[in-house]
Amino acid sequence: MSFELETATNRESLRRVAIDPVSRVEGHGKVTLLLDNAGHVKEARLHIVEFRGFEKFIQGRPYWEVPVMVQRLCGICPVSHHLAASKALDPVVGATQITPTAEKVRRLMHYGQILQSHALHFFHLSSPDLLFGFESPVHQRNIVGVAAAYPHVAKEGVLLRKFGQEVIRVTAGKRVHGTGAIPGGVNKSVSAADRDLLRKDADQVVSWSRDAVHLARRLHESNSPLYDEFGLFRSHLFSLVRADGAMDLYDGHLRLRDARGQIVRDNMPCTDYEQHIVEEVKPWSYMKFPFIRELGPAKGWYKVGPLARVQNCDFIPSPLAEAERQDFIARGDGEPIHAPLAYHWARMIEMLHAAEVVRDLLDDPDLLSDDRLTSGPKGREGVGIIEAPRGTLIHHYRVGEDDLISYCNLIVSTTHNNQAMNEAVRQVARRYLDGRQLTEGLLNHIEVAIRAFDPCLSCATHALGKMPLAVELVDEHGQLVDRAVSGG
Amino acid sequence: MTKQFLLDGQPVPFEDGQTILEAARKAGHYIPSLCWHQDFPPHGSCKLCIVKAAGRHVSACATPAKEGWEVESNTPEMNGERRGLLQMLFVEGNHFCPSCEKSGNCELQALGYEYEMLTPRFRHFFPERPVDASHPDMLLDFNRCIFCELCVRASRDVDGKSVFALTGRGIHKHLTVNAESGRLADTDFSKDDLAARICPVGVILPKGRGFTVPIGERTFDTETIRSRTLKEEKS
Repeated sequence: MSFELETATNRESLRRVAIDPVSRVEGHGKVTLLLDNAGHVKEARLHIVEFRGFEKFIQGRPYWEVPVMVQRLCGICPVSHHLAASKALDPVVGATQITPTAEKVRRLMHYGQILQSHALHFFHLSSPDLLFGFESPVHQRNIVGVAAAYPHVAKEGVLLRKFGQEVIRVTAGKRVHGTGAIPGGVNKSVSAADRDLLRKDADQVVSWSRDAVHLARRLHESNSPLYDEFGLFRSHLFSLVRADGAMDLYDGHLRLRDARGQIVRDNMPCTDYEQHIVEEVKPWSYMKFPFIRELGPAKGWYKVGPLARVQNCDFIPSPLAEAERQDFIARGDGEPIHAPLAYHWARMIEMLHAAEVVRDLLDDPDLLSDDRLTSGPKGREGVGIIEAPRGTLIHHYRVGEDDLISYCNLIVSTTHNNQAMNEAVRQVARRYLDGRQLTEGLLNHIEVAIRAFDPCLSCATHALGKMPLAVELVDEHGQLVDRAVSGG
Repeated sequence: MTKQFLLDGQPVPFEDGQTILEAARKAGHYIPSLCWHQDFPPHGSCKLCIVKAAGRHVSACATPAKEGWEVESNTPEMNGERRGLLQMLFVEGNHFCPSCEKSGNCELQALGYEYEMLTPRFRHFFPERPVDASHPDMLLDFNRCIFCELCVRASRDVDGKSVFALTGRGIHKHLTVNAESGRLADTDFSKDDLAARICPVGVILPKGRGFTVPIGERTFDTETIRSRTLKEEKS
């Protein structure tokens, strides 16, 4: 099926503009716009142009290797893949219930990951657009520019991320690509020395995270016509929630709300995901388009990630973040907030929640226990679902009698948001680019909309890539009219 | 009077029959190796123990020490040659350290660090080497084999089973399992065999162990292969 502005009717006669690759996002993607002679947008697509093939080459590898191997999908959120794979493979070693120590160490690792990834996205990738403006001088629109103009903001961003990375190091052995979680539990507890090291900074991190929420909120409220309308579209919201409806980023059941905020599917067990989610393939992108089977491709697509989670849960189980969530929800005036730029505010609320969870977990004596592993009668299949920084992450494996992986299915956060990001691109193209002479600043509007979702395109195609931005203007005969290169 | 030779200008005493490598390590001087093992005769295949003795390149593990020899080992020239040998070993198989469970416990990887193998140099062969997971207790990942034949020798000479052999020639050489089916499950191999725990790299592995040892507690997390080898020599 095709959405409005997804496919133009007379494509060969249109002028093509490409943003290739999209910059300040994780991974490699491009946007193409097809314009008629009057500059009206006739087609807008976000393409994911790389193919990685993890699902295939994991097959035939021993199951115990997978949580470490599969995390190489990503250098930003490897912990999410590491933990989702470990959760999926717990039943394979007979661990239907892991020990309290194992679960708490994994949770600590995961919330450390949420904290560092959200800090990276807000401060390093998006704050230049938000603080300086979408059409500000391109030489200023980066983290170095932020450090020069707002040194405290940049410093706190860097230190917040560092703290999250330290939490990961303490629990996984390394800041990036560690080995902490294994099928059945974890390979290490937290030492008292490491716990004390983290606890020393935990209150400061909570305080800075709260400042970050207030900064995101202030930016939103000080320019609400832009923030409320930019790239706006409505969709379902999808995420994990805890059994009691609380936000839970490590475990729970699946919940779907419609665009008006009504819960339309709830208590969906993770193991049943295949009954509810279908992935559609389109010929122009390596990223699939998931939708809810019962609702069909036209109506069943949805948003995931912070904006979905903050509004899909009934409450956040930490006081400071819950208070901020209440203020956020109040702004919707009884309706869910769908504005893509509200992702930033929601993301910072989650970062505050992660900081509170990490601080509180550090006081839990279970973290220090040696009761780390569980085993039992072996299973042959498992599904692990986790709320990664960018949204719902699904890992599903089957293991043969010889202990080798025979089947692997990964549906990553950014893939869930594929249709949503395409919609945001089209909305921005219609509103800001249609009929106008294109400039770098105008094209950056498209990228601002994509960045709001914090897409990880490397994960979504299950590539290594640098992030230079190249914009090409090609006339209707395919001749290059103009080309600009920046970044990278 | 004790006989001696000079190793990098330092006198090293030896007894008749001792090789350059044995005498050097006993005297506290490190010469690297992968295929050498104190319980087996010298094999001389990995060539990492290469030294220059009396102006000639020789394998220190297989060359008896001689009175008055001047031997060069820990020199930029010899270490550069070792680095080249390691780079060749890494491209000959499929060594993906980031997801290998032997990482941190692997002698090949430890020597890569020891000899500062920081860049690729040769084109990867990417050989096709399927995994044998047929045995209930042990996994064979042939991708990582360096043809040291320690498992071949241990199985034949100590375990009395001859489970493993090298077959093929030149670029087509590979480790094989001595069963009509070619499957480990169809041999009398046991997880208690010496061959099951002698592999210096990540070919012969107990099933399910994976990454149970955390980063920081693995063999080469806390000490280099040089210091560990010399410590073992003393004990």
